[in-house]
Amino acid sequence: MTQSSNKITIDGRAVCFQPGQTIMEAATEASVYIPHLCHHPDYPPHGSCKVCTVKVDGRYLASCSEKAVDGMEVQNNCKDLKDLRRSITQLLFVDGNHYCPSCERSGNCQLQAIGYALEMQENHYTQLFPTRKVDASHPDIILDPDRCILCGLCVRASEAEGKNLFKIGGRGQNSYLSVCSDSGLLGDSSISVNDKAAQICPVGAILIRGEGFHIPIGERLYDHQQITSVGNCRPRYNHSTSNLTERKKREGPEHSKPINLTTGKHTNGK
Amino acid sequence: MSLLDIDERLVDLADWIEFDRSPLTDIKHCGSCDVGLIEGGLSNQENLHVLQEFRQQCKIVVAVGACAINGGIPAMRNNHSLADCLRESYLTAPGTVNPQIPDDPEIPKLLSKVHPIQDAIKVDYFLPGCPPSADTIWYFLTELLAGREPLIQGSALRYD
Amino acid sequence: MSVKRFLDPDQILPAGPWALPAAKERTVKSTGTQLPSHPSKKLTTPLYVKSVCQHYGFSKLFLLQALIRIQLRFGWVSPLAVRELSCQLKITGGEVRSIIDFYSFLSAEFQGQYQILLSNNITDTFLGQSDIFQQLCYLLKTPDGALREDSLVSVTMTSCTGLCDQGPAALINGHPIVNLTSERIKQIAILIESRASFNQWPQDWFLVSDNIREPGALLDRTVSPGQALSQVIKHSKESFLDELQTSSLRGRGGAGFSTFLKFSGVIQQNSKRSKYVICNADEGEPGTFKDRVLLQRHCQQVFEGMTIAGWALGAHKGIVYLRAEYAWLFKFLQDQLQTRRAQGWLGHNAKNLAGFSFDISIHLGAGAYICGEETALIESLEGKRGVPRIRPPFPAQSGYLGFPTLLNNVESFACITEIALTSGQKFAAIGTEHSKGTKLHSVSGDCKYPGIYELPWGVSIAEVLERCGAEDALAVQIGGPSGACIPRDHFDRCIAFEDVPTGGSFMVIGHSRSLIDVVTNFTDFFAHESCGFCTPCRVGCKQLDLFTARLKQRRIHAHELAKIKSLGELMINSSHCGLGKTAALPLLQLMESYPKLIEDSCIPATELLLEPECH
Repeated sequence: MTQSSNKITIDGRAVCFQPGQTIMEAATEASVYIPHLCHHPDYPPHGSCKVCTVKVDGRYLASCSEKAVDGMEVQNNCKDLKDLRRSITQLLFVDGNHYCPSCERSGNCQLQAIGYALEMQENHYTQLFPTRKVDASHPDIILDPDRCILCGLCVRASEAEGKNLFKIGGRGQNSYLSVCSDSGLLGDSSISVNDKAAQICPVGAILIRGEGFHIPIGERLYDHQQITSVGNCRPRYNHSTSNLTERKKREGPEHSKPINLTTGKHTNGK
Repeated sequence: MSLLDIDERLVDLADWIEFDRSPLTDIKHCGSCDVGLIEGGLSNQENLHVLQEFRQQCKIVVAVGACAINGGIPAMRNNHSLADCLRESYLTAPGTVNPQIPDDPEIPKLLSKVHPIQDAIKVDYFLPGCPPSADTIWYFLTELLAGREPLIQGSALRYD
Repeated sequence: MSVKRFLDPDQILPAGPWALPAAKERTVKSTGTQLPSHPSKKLTTPLYVKSVCQHYGFSKLFLLQALIRIQLRFGWVSPLAVRELSCQLKITGGEVRSIIDFYSFLSAEFQGQYQILLSNNITDTFLGQSDIFQQLCYLLKTPDGALREDSLVSVTMTSCTGLCDQGPAALINGHPIVNLTSERIKQIAILIESRASFNQWPQDWFLVSDNIREPGALLDRTVSPGQALSQVIKHSKESFLDELQTSSLRGRGGAGFSTFLKFSGVIQQNSKRSKYVICNADEGEPGTFKDRVLLQRHCQQVFEGMTIAGWALGAHKGIVYLRAEYAWLFKFLQDQLQTRRAQGWLGHNAKNLAGFSFDISIHLGAGAYICGEETALIESLEGKRGVPRIRPPFPAQSGYLGFPTLLNNVESFACITEIALTSGQKFAAIGTEHSKGTKLHSVSGDCKYPGIYELPWGVSIAEVLERCGAEDALAVQIGGPSGACIPRDHFDRCIAFEDVPTGGSFMVIGHSRSLIDVVTNFTDFFAHESCGFCTPCRVGCKQLDLFTARLKQRRIHAHELAKIKSLGELMINSSHCGLGKTAALPLLQLMESYPKLIEDSCIPATELLLEPECH
């Protein structure tokens, strides 16, 4: 880091970066939180949700896909951006059927948490009420496409694992998460609960059966903590087996372990 | 009902405000008011009439709770056609006795979709939660009475 | 090998109505992970699909090309075809369907033996397209245009077909039919009912005119293969690039980026890497048809420009990305390429190219406006959904298959030929300081003489209106829906990059027209064409669409205007590509230029926005 003369500022604070890094990556290393949904440090940038929009020289840029350039002055915290990000979050809410009271991901949902952090009181725009079919064909995993925010994390996660389980299909308002099987059903795909793709969904679109209520509502990650301070972490289970009943018996969440505040990764005790 | 959860503070509230049409008063039509609190989404024609009356009579209209704000659980019927919903509820559901779809003219006609109230009118404030907690309601109303802009934030802001 | 005869790669459009799918084929359901048993030899679908795959070397890269050929051959991509494709290309059916669902011209359901697509541009609407639609539906007994019960015919709307100067226009199984009148509709209905093959239809119906009203430097010239090439290759590449720089040519697709800088960007890349030259013939901006005319009348100029670019950059491969709406030009263009090859101006070690190899192939689009965006076009060329990439890297650095790629508009390549034939200086002698040369304007809408006008950059709007015989214009939409709506008191403004830029669309809106109708049409267009990748555009376009629909019905509240304005700004600021950044402009411009019009559409706040529609 010391040999690098590459510096940007984020809200006036100097932040170093390695050439080739995005603004988001530089911010993450410096423990600066920029709200995001489609970004994940392990996968290539997607740049679709636009929640991570920042301002540079009066221009609005997606920080997850924009490369840091020496001397860049990045604005991350200002009313203008908060309003913009809130509006984008509201657009995501009306785009799908996000009824938190009925969703088992409530309290662990990043979309909801971003809404809380941006003080979103209401959906603001006209709700679109999509009517796609729930895919319950898999014994261990459920897909509710009306909750999908098309972040493409499951697509990238499965590509990285060489399984190619999902693709985004369709166009515009009719875009949807497509399952790569001949029937288009999860049950005919090779997905398993141990796949990153099954676990990475930031919202309640891809759910693993039987573990939704391990932690009661009201005691979940974002029920009492802001995503701005705990990051995009959801308690993860070690799926050493896909046997549902055994998993049910297993001990509870790991989220009591310290978490890297910005990446949401467990720091394994340190 | 969540309003009742504010308990004895209701008595304090009663010192500052006068209840017009509400579940507590049995007044059938809303008179001229400062604040109208609406809970629930728009499911039938009667809901629409009541909402319009509130908008005409109230200076401030507040959407209270998830259903008023985004349609909530009842809006989950929007995934299906109304005909399917009625068929399932009144004709084919297990345990149905003497199956028939009610058509008494006294029963308000259902809208083909459930809507949040801001699909129909301008809403001035929103009080999210399912339901909003008593403290949140209390905070909201007292802020409003004090002439401030109520903004629900921190751990008071819940969508579930 | 015997299957090869199924595919004649040049025969793109069907000669007659599409065959009714066999009942068996229509009911094929996917059988899960099990691979299908080999389908019956009697059905031609799998054999045809196999021959298409074979033609493309069983490469996934050509999935879209295979799909559009299957679609044009059968009128749909049946489940059987999907199954065979997934077997042949070793991908899943889900992946194939995810591509089909992206492109408007691909369909997983049979669209009828005759599929009528009516052009939905606002200029077609001006010319009575909605009456035509009603009449067609009535005569063909297909309410709402949906597929008739006997699967004979369907009537649907499609985005602008690039025939605005001779609308209302339709594509029937891909064949263009222009100047639709009530009389012609009646005859069409009779022909369809009798299941007539297209060669039994009056052939003059399929003739598409050029309507070149005012030719200039480009359109006055006829270039024979090699005419410009033979001159430039006598000199060094550097001297050609100097000419290009002197010409100050700016891309003609709309954005106006310096063509010389694009060339430089590609040249700066490692000289050993393969390079590509791509011609963007995805003329999707509604109201634009000048590329169609260039390809119809001056395609040698375009191919010549591509070959010059290939020579200057050291690229060996050129690709024309031709929009599906122009599939009827495919065979003609293939023949023209063949002429070049026969004369030794194209192909591997072509005899006149002095040791340099360059060949051009034509790829078809499949009905997606977004594929006019350069990186979406490249994605589409790679057989994927046309979703714009993150830029940088720009195509010059990493384009088609990751190789340095020069991507230019059809007209830009024609200009390159012009510069090679004359000189950069001569080219730059015309136009304004920042916009050199001439520009082809596709003029349509409420005027006497719609068609192509090649005029120097800097021409005033009033002058164009005078030339095309538009006497009572209320406003002009320049540059298509993503351009600008210029009201009549600004007709003295100039068409040039320094004032009103354009990609070539010039739509005249007469004084009797409703601007709200115009904006509703444009907003609807963007909602239909948004690729859906980024949140602001995917959801924003739909919100604007819902709003304009209510605006048209005069069912909006005044308080909504601020909300819409800020949504529009959000889309401009944070969308991923140009589509999202421009989709709100028509509505925002309307709100700004005609506030009274909007005010008059508002209902009192005490009235409900929602129609009490019940069961």
